[in-house]
Amino acid sequence: MDNSEDNAVRRREFLERLAAVPCSMLVLGVIGPLEVAAEGGDEATDSEGRYYGMGVQIDRCIGCGLCVQACKNENDVPRDPYYFRTWVERYRIHADDEVVVDSPNGGIEGFPPEEEGKDVIRSFFVPKLCNHCDNPPCVQVCPVGATFKSEDGVILVDKDYCIGCRYCIQACPYGARYLDPRTKTADKCTFCYHRITQGLAPACVEVCPTQARVFGELGAKSSPLRRIRRMNKLQVLKPYLNTAPKVFYTELDGEVR
Amino acid sequence: MNDHLEHLGSALDKVSGYIYPNEVELHWGLLVVIYPYVTGLVAGAFILASLEKVFRVKAVEPTYRLALLTALAFLFVAPLPLQLHLGHPERSFEIFLTPHFKSAMAMFGFVYVWYLMVVLLLEIWFEYRADMIRWKQEARGLKKLVYWILALGSTNLSPRAIEFDRKAVHVITLIGIPSAFLLHGYVGFIFGSVKANPWWSSVLMPIVFLFSAIVSGIALVLLIYYVTSMIRRKAPDMACLNQLASFLFYVLLIDFTLELLDFIHRLYESEESIGILRELIYGRLFLSLTIVQILLGTIVPIVMLAVFRYSRLPDEMKRLGYFVAAALVQVGIFSTRWNVVIGGQLFSKSLRGLTVYKLEIGGVEGLFTAMALLVLPFVILYVLVKLLPPWGEPKAS
Repeated sequence: MDNSEDNAVRRREFLERLAAVPCSMLVLGVIGPLEVAAEGGDEATDSEGRYYGMGVQIDRCIGCGLCVQACKNENDVPRDPYYFRTWVERYRIHADDEVVVDSPNGGIEGFPPEEEGKDVIRSFFVPKLCNHCDNPPCVQVCPVGATFKSEDGVILVDKDYCIGCRYCIQACPYGARYLDPRTKTADKCTFCYHRITQGLAPACVEVCPTQARVFGELGAKSSPLRRIRRMNKLQVLKPYLNTAPKVFYTELDGEVR
Repeated sequence: MNDHLEHLGSALDKVSGYIYPNEVELHWGLLVVIYPYVTGLVAGAFILASLEKVFRVKAVEPTYRLALLTALAFLFVAPLPLQLHLGHPERSFEIFLTPHFKSAMAMFGFVYVWYLMVVLLLEIWFEYRADMIRWKQEARGLKKLVYWILALGSTNLSPRAIEFDRKAVHVITLIGIPSAFLLHGYVGFIFGSVKANPWWSSVLMPIVFLFSAIVSGIALVLLIYYVTSMIRRKAPDMACLNQLASFLFYVLLIDFTLELLDFIHRLYESEESIGILRELIYGRLFLSLTIVQILLGTIVPIVMLAVFRYSRLPDEMKRLGYFVAAALVQVGIFSTRWNVVIGGQLFSKSLRGLTVYKLEIGGVEGLFTAMALLVLPFVILYVLVKLLPPWGEPKAS
């Protein structure tokens, strides 16, 4: 009797333990990746030595607009033609010095063919985005500190904290910010912060078919960005405003503002 | 949301040249025009009140208390347009809790509270303390309670206490003048310090704001004094009106000179932005800048004030002339604010194109809200005047 009771207990224990295995597997299955992700996240936000920037090689840009599309997809940017984290401008400089700039719908579907009969002497595309200034006027003016510079030099907006006063939009010399109509808070390019902290490239860089955009750490000893910075004469947008942009352009024309 | 997109769509159709795609939406609208306008009236009315106390200009004494109450009524309304304009009004308290000290805008709360609590309320309280005690003694029922609360339970009418009131008002006015300068100079700084915007970025901006504030404040008190005298069927004190008109004339001249200086300076320096600014002034701002602000709001009142003040006309004519000039000045200063705030957003920071501002009629940031915000200070002023009569009648003894 005793023996059989013992057996019954053991059997129950055994069954319980057996059941616990898949249960714990299940639990581990859910928690495990979270923990790993959290560790990965910690590691990724440990920005020691990292300081991000971008190089844009104007001569390589073909104005296909894939970067604009990828950006809108990746970052859930409103589709309407008034909200852009990145856009592409087309410049056409005519023989009579007339400069025509356009960016239909931010260049998301490319550009219409040039008009016939116009004597264009220079024409090129310029991808634009937040310059992640080292001396950012938008961060300076934010009354509550909702927009800030991260340790790795990326300018971010805390949408749970932004009061929607739009002073930052006024202060940005590059038109890089907009007010997200859904959240009523300021929004802008983050260099795809969720991607770069995982070691991935920003979406616009990833899809660029000509590698016109090159992303990287400014301090890295050997990297494509370093190579661009070594091999080219570089320019930033509106340098006289002393915003110290971290988006560098090669072959930038004087007409670009 | 769909209305908003339609609104942007019709703005996009009116864009000329090239603007950055994010610039189609114009972010600071009519409410942000009203904010500096109302704040300017506060600072201007207070500075006028201070003239009597600090510089002992006896002629304007009939308007002293009225100017203080006017400043207070408008100060109550000053933060409302900003609050209504925010994307998240419920988070505005963060400016007080976690201010970002490098931000000019973060200082608004502190400048405002300082001005309201330390300057205006305190000065009005000391100015009215003895009267409030007397009114409490004469009143009955609820009114008695109201005056008791307003006087904060004070009952001392001894000569020493009244002498202390007088000194306190004097000291507060001394602190108040730089505070009023700070309040409106600061509003000018909010715009003048935006280096990204060549229309705003000017070291003269706070000074121009300040003088236009004084202009608008004096004109407003003149208007209110004139109208309330009519309503009370009392002849306005002509010496006072003459003095107000003189002040208005002088300050208007200074203000106009400063604005001309700013204009000539820009033309002479002829920086990169001059082309687009010229296009702006001759195009989209022609009506509101050249016609309304400069011609109707500045030159015509200057001429009118000079003529009516310094010629031998009957008093009735003079009064009417002052009234029309002061009313024109109000329109002019309002368009000054409009031309700064809206004008500064009508051109692209690429300096290659112009956009439009389409005023909404309804909605939180629409025309009706704006009108309500401009009427509200007068409602508050009515209550204040009923409660604390500012008229120069002999004080009850």
